[in-house]
Amino acid sequence: MLIGENILLALSGLLANKMRALLTMLGIIIGISSVIAIMSVGNSISSSVTSSMEDMGVNNITLGVSRKSTDDTVTSDGRVFAGISRGSEMEDGDYITDEMLEEMETAFADSVGSILLSESAGSGTAEDGNLTANVNITGVNAAYLENEGLTLLAGRTLTGRDQEEGKRIVLISDRAADNLFGGDYNAAIGSELHIYVSNRYYTYAIAGVYEYDDSGFSTESEEDVTTTVYLPLAAAREQNHSSAGYSQLTLVTASGVDSASLCTELENWFNSKYYRSNDSFEVTAGSMESMVSSMTEMLSTVSIAISVIAGISLLVGGIGVMNIMLVSITERTREIGTRKALGATNGSIRLQFITESIVICLTGGFIGILLGLGLAAAATKLLGYAASPSVSGIIFSVAFSILIGVFFGYYPANKAAKMNPIEALRYE
Amino acid sequence: MNGLGTPAPELAGRNIIDLHGIVKRFYIGQPNELEILHGIDLTVKEGEFVSIVGASGSGKTTLMNIIGVLDRPTEGDYILDGVDVGKAKDRELSGIRNQKIGFVFQTYNLISRTSALRNVELPMMYAGVGKKERIERAKYYLEMVGMQDRMSHRPDELSGGQKQRVSIARAMTNDPSIILADEPTGALDSKTGRKIMDIFHQLNRDQGKTIVLITHSNELAEETERIITLKDGEIIGERRGSFAC
Repeated sequence: MLIGENILLALSGLLANKMRALLTMLGIIIGISSVIAIMSVGNSISSSVTSSMEDMGVNNITLGVSRKSTDDTVTSDGRVFAGISRGSEMEDGDYITDEMLEEMETAFADSVGSILLSESAGSGTAEDGNLTANVNITGVNAAYLENEGLTLLAGRTLTGRDQEEGKRIVLISDRAADNLFGGDYNAAIGSELHIYVSNRYYTYAIAGVYEYDDSGFSTESEEDVTTTVYLPLAAAREQNHSSAGYSQLTLVTASGVDSASLCTELENWFNSKYYRSNDSFEVTAGSMESMVSSMTEMLSTVSIAISVIAGISLLVGGIGVMNIMLVSITERTREIGTRKALGATNGSIRLQFITESIVICLTGGFIGILLGLGLAAAATKLLGYAASPSVSGIIFSVAFSILIGVFFGYYPANKAAKMNPIEALRYE
Repeated sequence: MNGLGTPAPELAGRNIIDLHGIVKRFYIGQPNELEILHGIDLTVKEGEFVSIVGASGSGKTTLMNIIGVLDRPTEGDYILDGVDVGKAKDRELSGIRNQKIGFVFQTYNLISRTSALRNVELPMMYAGVGKKERIERAKYYLEMVGMQDRMSHRPDELSGGQKQRVSIARAMTNDPSIILADEPTGALDSKTGRKIMDIFHQLNRDQGKTIVLITHSNELAEETERIITLKDGEIIGERRGSFAC
């Protein structure tokens, strides 16, 4: 019952001294709002990054040939420059070859589902008279195309036979078909597609039109959007005059496989078997899962750093609260004396002032939470992520505000409780 | 009070305040001690209206603090309404002040941020009285002192006389054994002071309240049944007031 009275009393005290209350709460407000803002922004970033990475497939492992770290030049400030020394250019022997992949499929038959191979054949402009469309030409194998999960609107997909023969036939997006053929997909099928890439025209036959999936990241207008033109892998390799192998490829793991440990196993397998004597290059493997976790780790490091700053702000804020409580107690010495004369015990005086201190901190905390959510909403909107308020952050903030109130309110409250009633009553 | 349920004939004249051999010393620095009260013996019977007079420095404030259980005597016994105050712990002293004593101060000592009603509720709050009853009782006593129209006003919206009425209502709410009034008219003009004194007389006469009035005004003291004169920490005289009704 006394607690309810004390809360009302403290709130009326806050309202009576609005400016003072606001200045007192400032440290708490800044501290709490920065904690809430960073936790909410972090939450939104990691949840949207995680979900978009999951869309791409957490089961995927990316294998790549990369320079051995010993060949890198590390400057004093920690930046890494690729070595310009001998062997800096990838030579034929450095690539992952089809033979290696075949052996790998046998060795990891249980854990590797399929191998997604792709090779970029450049990007440019598809032209048909005055009509143009921006495209990326990507050579893909059958497994890659299947993994893309395209919806075909017209024509047919690339067959195994197309792949084997390395036919120069392609799949184009509906956006490209809209631009080039005025939306008549059937007219597109079988037509020739001329693509201007780095001062040369390449000509392909259109086999099918797929539905472009707008992932939401695109900032270009609908007409300017760059879409992918899928080409059989062999045709792309022929066009690039590349025959040595792959510098990068993607593996789809079988379900239930721990991709992190598979990455290590794959690296060890490749590097001990094929790259042991290679001075400059090695194979590295990374999974979406490990990318997600390293992303989350990075975010949490940033969060911790900001939380430390927020913690310092809260500490300063708490000291501010303690200071104002001490002032308030001195101002209200006679009130304390009167209360004691009227029968207040030391405990009830202490409770009154601790309650007051908690009310100040909680009010500051609530303002901070609202401010922090506002900041987070603005920041996530700016960054283009969906806002995702951190519930744990809010709970933490409320609990921490109470804790600060108790911790920094205890000393002043105790001082008030121990006042001698006679002296307090006579205080001028 | 009497657990046997038999009406005690001596109840009417029983001692509410019983001070015996009260000595109060203050220690100011190591060798120096200042003795303010040198062995006071004083009894006040239930329903009495007593005044304690004395010049400043006579020890009247110290005596009032001891009677009001705000301070403990260095030596001597104090029985207040049957309770041995000397043996009580701090916490119990708070309870005694809350239940047995109603303070009326010269400077009112109302809490400025809250209404008259809230101020009157305060002693009941510390006594743990429920909200509904608190408001009921506070209204009753505010009405009794003629403040029914200004209950929601804050102290700074009230005149001195009105403030003192509120503080009398506050002193009465827990139905204390004694009302301890320290220069209650000291800050008021004579006309307003008269009205406040009338309220005390009324409380004493109609409700049988024991009232101890501390004052340096002989004029006011003459209105009371018994005048106790204090000088240099000793009681030097006791007589009936000339205008006692």
